[in-house]
Amino acid sequence: MAGSQEIRTQIKSIQNTQKITKAMEMVAASKMRKAVGQMEKARPYANKISYVMSHLANAHAEYNSVYFEVREVKKRAYIVVSSDRGLCGGLNNNLFKKVIESTLENKKNEIDTSYSVFGNKAAGFFQRIGGEVISQSTQVGDQPKIEDLLGTIKSTIDKFISKDVDEVYVAYNKFFNTVSQIPTIDKILPISSNDEAIDKEYSHYWDYLYEPDAKEVLESLFVRFIESLTYRAVVENIASEQASRMVAMKSSSDNASDLIDELQIIYNKNRQAAITQEISEIISGASAL
Amino acid sequence: MSDKTMRLDIVSAEEELFSAEVQMVYAPAEMGEVGITPKHTPLLTKLKAGDVRAEISDSETKIFFISGGILEIQPNAVTILSDTAIRESDLDEDRAKKSELAAKQAMENSNSDMDLVKAKTELAQAAAQLRLIKKLKGKR
Repeated sequence: MAGSQEIRTQIKSIQNTQKITKAMEMVAASKMRKAVGQMEKARPYANKISYVMSHLANAHAEYNSVYFEVREVKKRAYIVVSSDRGLCGGLNNNLFKKVIESTLENKKNEIDTSYSVFGNKAAGFFQRIGGEVISQSTQVGDQPKIEDLLGTIKSTIDKFISKDVDEVYVAYNKFFNTVSQIPTIDKILPISSNDEAIDKEYSHYWDYLYEPDAKEVLESLFVRFIESLTYRAVVENIASEQASRMVAMKSSSDNASDLIDELQIIYNKNRQAAITQEISEIISGASAL
Repeated sequence: MSDKTMRLDIVSAEEELFSAEVQMVYAPAEMGEVGITPKHTPLLTKLKAGDVRAEISDSETKIFFISGGILEIQPNAVTILSDTAIRESDLDEDRAKKSELAAKQAMENSNSDMDLVKAKTELAQAAAQLRLIKKLKGKR
């Protein structure tokens, strides 16, 4: 029968697709483990630098940095971290939705918005909608070096220092576990001096000695602090991307199995119908003799 | 913790390099090499590229190469926030310019007015597609 051959080809082609999605699932799983490892490795630096920052808060540093300057907000900048590649479920769209919601909120309060973007998906999206993009880095890969991120971070910080923007946020997908990644927007500039971090042990008056001078040392410290926050966001987003891709690919593999099962049943029915018909033709032929 | 040792942590943004009790540390500060013993007064300084030597015991010394960073000293702890990238302000400037240029080139191909309506419809479409897929899956 004509249908059988067609169904067989279709089953074959779905099986091929399933092979691809299964492979992608496994690749994503191993890449996710690597990304989570990278996240863990970045933790000591982040801890240490916030530890030094909290010491500074205790130390009553005499130098009032521009990085702490709270201004009336006329313009916000968002560093949007996205993936380079697609096929990872609703990950990027959920994040963009959140960013667009904040943009609309800003607009209501007459605050302008600009963006710095990581990853092809965000670059493409904000280009299509015509947002003001300060700078962008794409193709940073699965294991980004901090070096690859510096350019975009610096140009965003420069905008803050030159008072073009008054607040800087970073938007990324926070990695909780394999099935849960939450789009998150964190404020990174101005640095909020965290009062809770003030340690009772050090609450008496003291300050660091600075070499060569306070301004220079502190500024490079603050820049590194912001870089480490952004780096963390990028690495977390990669872990989220791989986790989300893994889940998406798993569900498409499952879908392929369901489809194959269904087609297999139709194919079998078809085959049986053909056999039954043939038999009844033979019998009626024989009885006619 | 004895009086003769202090905690030394060397970390970079990408990984932890070293963490242990040491007797003495030598580090390449910007104003010249510094040697740090326990009970040093709190100090914060920039480091330039060079060797960090950590004396773990009288007989054991470890050497690390760092390409710059920040040194923080507390009476009983020394922290080195090491840079992984080579940092020169010219180089940073170059990097910044490059990523700005990338953005500018991308923008030239699009209209400059931000079209929020377009963004919303695009996102709504994507959301609708996802909902549809979920629905179809539920049916089966």
